Amino acid sequence: MPKLIVDGKEIEVPPEYTILQACEAAGAEIPRFCYHERLSIAGNCRMCLVEVQGGPPKPVASCAMGVRDLRPGPNGEPPVVFTKSPMVKKAREGVMEFLLVNHPLDCPICDQGGECDLQDQAMAYGVDSSRFHENKRAVEDKYIGPLVRTSMNRCIHCTRCVRFTNEVAGVGDLGAIGRGEDMEITTYLEHAMGSELQGNVIDLCPVGALTSKPYAFKARPWELIKTESVDVMDAVGSAIRIDTRGREVMRILPVVNEDVNEEWISDKTRFIWDGLKTQRLDRPYIRENGRLRAASWSEAFALIAAKVKATEPSRIGAIAGDLNAVEEIFALRQLMQALGSPNLDCRQDGAQLNPAFGRGSYLFNATIAGIEDADAVLLIGSNPRREAPVLNARIRKRWLAGNLPVAYVGEAMDLTYRAEQLGAGAQTLVDLANGAHGFVEVLRQAQRPLIIIGQGALARADGAAVLAAATRLAVDVGAVGDDWNGLSVLHTAAARVGALDVGFVPGEGGLSAQQMAAAGALDVVYLLGADEISIAPGAFVIYQGSHGDNGAHRADVILPGAAYPEKSGIYLNTEGRVQVADRASFPPGDAREDWAIIRALSDVLGHRLGYDNLGALREALVAEVPHMADRNQIAAGALELPAIAAAIAQMEPAPFASPVVDFYLTNPIARASAVMAECSALARGAVAQAAE
Amino acid sequence: MLSDKDRIFTNVYGLQPASLQAAQRRGAWDGTKFLLEMGRDWIIDEMKKSNLRGRGGAGFPTGLKWSFMPKQTGDRPHYLVINGDESEPGTCKDREILRHDPHLLIEGAMIASFAMGAHAAYIYIRGEFIAEREALQRAVDEAYAARLIGQDNIHGYPFDLYVHHGAGAYICGEETALLESLEGKKGMPRLKPPFPANMGLYGCPTTVNNVESIAVAGTILRRGADWFNGIGRPNNVGTKLFGISGHVGTPCVVEESMGIPFRELIERHGGGVRGGWDNLLGIIPGGASCPIIPAHLCDDLIMDFDGCRAATSSFGTAGVLVMDKSTDVIRAIARLSYFFKHESCGQCTPCREGTGWMWRVISRMAEGRAQKREIDMLLDVTKQIEGHTICALGDAAAWPIQGLIRHFRPEIEKRIDQYAANPHIDPVPVAAE
Repeated sequence: MPKLIVDGKEIEVPPEYTILQACEAAGAEIPRFCYHERLSIAGNCRMCLVEVQGGPPKPVASCAMGVRDLRPGPNGEPPVVFTKSPMVKKAREGVMEFLLVNHPLDCPICDQGGECDLQDQAMAYGVDSSRFHENKRAVEDKYIGPLVRTSMNRCIHCTRCVRFTNEVAGVGDLGAIGRGEDMEITTYLEHAMGSELQGNVIDLCPVGALTSKPYAFKARPWELIKTESVDVMDAVGSAIRIDTRGREVMRILPVVNEDVNEEWISDKTRFIWDGLKTQRLDRPYIRENGRLRAASWSEAFALIAAKVKATEPSRIGAIAGDLNAVEEIFALRQLMQALGSPNLDCRQDGAQLNPAFGRGSYLFNATIAGIEDADAVLLIGSNPRREAPVLNARIRKRWLAGNLPVAYVGEAMDLTYRAEQLGAGAQTLVDLANGAHGFVEVLRQAQRPLIIIGQGALARADGAAVLAAATRLAVDVGAVGDDWNGLSVLHTAAARVGALDVGFVPGEGGLSAQQMAAAGALDVVYLLGADEISIAPGAFVIYQGSHGDNGAHRADVILPGAAYPEKSGIYLNTEGRVQVADRASFPPGDAREDWAIIRALSDVLGHRLGYDNLGALREALVAEVPHMADRNQIAAGALELPAIAAAIAQMEPAPFASPVVDFYLTNPIARASAVMAECSALARGAVAQAAE
Repeated sequence: MLSDKDRIFTNVYGLQPASLQAAQRRGAWDGTKFLLEMGRDWIIDEMKKSNLRGRGGAGFPTGLKWSFMPKQTGDRPHYLVINGDESEPGTCKDREILRHDPHLLIEGAMIASFAMGAHAAYIYIRGEFIAEREALQRAVDEAYAARLIGQDNIHGYPFDLYVHHGAGAYICGEETALLESLEGKKGMPRLKPPFPANMGLYGCPTTVNNVESIAVAGTILRRGADWFNGIGRPNNVGTKLFGISGHVGTPCVVEESMGIPFRELIERHGGGVRGGWDNLLGIIPGGASCPIIPAHLCDDLIMDFDGCRAATSSFGTAGVLVMDKSTDVIRAIARLSYFFKHESCGQCTPCREGTGWMWRVISRMAEGRAQKREIDMLLDVTKQIEGHTICALGDAAAWPIQGLIRHFRPEIEKRIDQYAANPHIDPVPVAAE
């Protein structure tokens, strides 16, 4: 490992380090704008200049120079770097002055104010006055989509946004036109960006050139309360920070979690918050004469109690939705068991996932971070770009590193990296499972093949057979082993893994969600935030949830619950990672936290659940499902291979289609969001245009 | 003065045809196979011994540059790239080679490629050079037809030569920006290290040489390193194409020996300074980026790398801009400043923001519409740009202004005083913007 001396301190660093990283390791702070750990090196802002002894008599850009390229002294002494010398100070002041000559000093009306790198570094490394007395450059603002607001006068041309869209998001949307001081960042002819990750350029922009359009002029960073939480828009479980002012959610930002989302989040995660304010259920409702009327909690509970008591337990069922925390699912399961009903299901899309196959049969066993170790990828019935954009970016990152064959079985799609379509549906999968397809050899050659099974392949009548065939393929190519398990299920619902873990599936003789929804199957159906299923007329429907969406339209009684920022809850992502979300805000009006509603209802129904607070509920939960206590851990799941193999059956020829048709409108909160509606319309327009 | 027998570019004025036949009569492609048979090491040694310094402006020893290429060709091919993006104001030597003596260049490209194990070479020609590109392409086609180059040529070394046309950006004359442009990207300089000899065109080992550096190679090897080394002064040897433009009697391009006194160069070839030697105001010795040299330093100026450095300027490409006393030197430098502002690629901060700032200040100074304290400020700004940028364009933009302030500061102060005394002697000029 090379040694070097930074500001008189000798330090040993790995040979691939840049001077900037070495300086940081030595405790020296290096200002920077263009450099970002997760993007390629541009070296264009010139803010990170340091002095290197023995080199040419000019400062060097520390972000771009490796410690390997430093020359030792004449007698083999370690190279010497200064970060506080007069030359460095002068260089930083000079660069800062240049950055500011054409930067409008409009901090008081800039949304970046208070969290602006330029502001901070100008205070730390700049001089206090300006010598520039010419007119400043004026740049026209660009339209680059409904999510990112531009104020191009403020741009300092660090090109972080350009590099992000090219490298991480994988769309070549942003670029620079013009040269010299006329250089401008824009999309081609001001088209909207076409990435599901475009919101991240807002975080990357070190100045206020790219800011959040929905959040524009809404709040100042210093007046916001920041709460770390977990995202529920997809099954990735991205770490997020919910910023609130009072009880209002003002914005959502990513938090670094190397194991899950690195530091990216999807646009749905970031811009969903306006959906939290509309279409909210803020009081109980009861349907009378075909119309819903506001009611009190006791009225609603009394009605439910009357209905439930008059109904056979086997004619009662419950369906859990996609955004719920584990706690309320667990409580509802206990309540249904107490009532004596076996009709439970959390798979409203009909996915043939079964805890009887072992927990390993429904987890993303390779783990998201493990994608970077994979050396061949097969996607079965999954479009990760729409189902989990952040996870897709991880695959792209691995693909960019080189030597990663990617293939998929399903409809043709653009994943932002090169992927070979092997076939559309089950027949191709059968060929693969029988070893009769050329790609099987690629998987066999791979040390760590990754086979991702999506809900598009599982949420079918023959889903169990698909899972069996895919498992056979995985075992056949050596994807399932002790040190590598590449058989991975990609979920689309944040609540799914947790619900499967607590056994929210049909009991002995119980009905599945699809059977419960059928006409005449049940008399009372309890929908816990289940909006993606339609219950046939006839049954009495209790809907508990946060938004007036499909479920509430069908409901006979509505119990207003809390949306995800308004409650503390445990969520398990597609890997089976246990993550706890903190409460950032409060449910509106009379709405209550979901577990508390179920607990209160259980009392009215005469089957009081044995916990009076969330802590006690979690204790009961952990007593039954111990791994729920291990925050941020993944409990390894077993794979019951004989049981899965028994499910092999004839499959339908219909092609595998991703369940996420419209990325922006997958859940009740998204459907209540005006921003998501605009994005969706834009995306649909783009599709129509491309088809012409 | 260089004697005719020592000239390398014997058709620099196009008095004879540029065709292959005529070029061969003049000595091109003579014994090339024999030179190649001497081997790679011999060629590089001979080039080192000749002490040829690169003719593109920086004066880096050519033989040394060639020797930086990996000795063995690994899994990455080697490339030679020839920089014909001659865009510096005042420089116009390469175009004479391209249109009148292209076969010397093609032969040199073959030899140089052989010496560094490259089987393909690219010639990147400035966008505005239309006729030059056509002339060169004709010559390349002739060479292919005569099987002098190509996959199966009479020299037994497979070699392909491609002529690439730029789009007219000055920055693409910077070697790494040229490589970017050649790869089809935006012409923006790359960060160094890694240097092109390690990671160049398409990530492969690459050497970028000036047209003239390559074109002289064949003759140097034929006549021997000692011959070339014997012309000029130590460390500044050989012959060189000088361009003389500006206020002289007969502007021209002429091949002369290095180390010729400036006065001799101008009076023998350039027809003397307009209005006589005493009418000389100053010169820019090697293209727009070199600092100006005032008249009093021109009397004993030796035209080579060290001579110009002694006069606090630089030899550059030896494209001499002569200015007589009718020149408004501040306006002249302001115009150059505009050129660099216009040609800055915009990648890195000091050059992007600084060139525009300098141009605006110097333009005001040309009118006198400035404060005297701004002269020092402007000098400080040039120092803040110089050495802080990715490529040398920042330096190139800073030097003319530094030269102006160094030598013509009283002129600027006088202009400011005149304006302050009577700002409205003429109708108020309308802002040019």
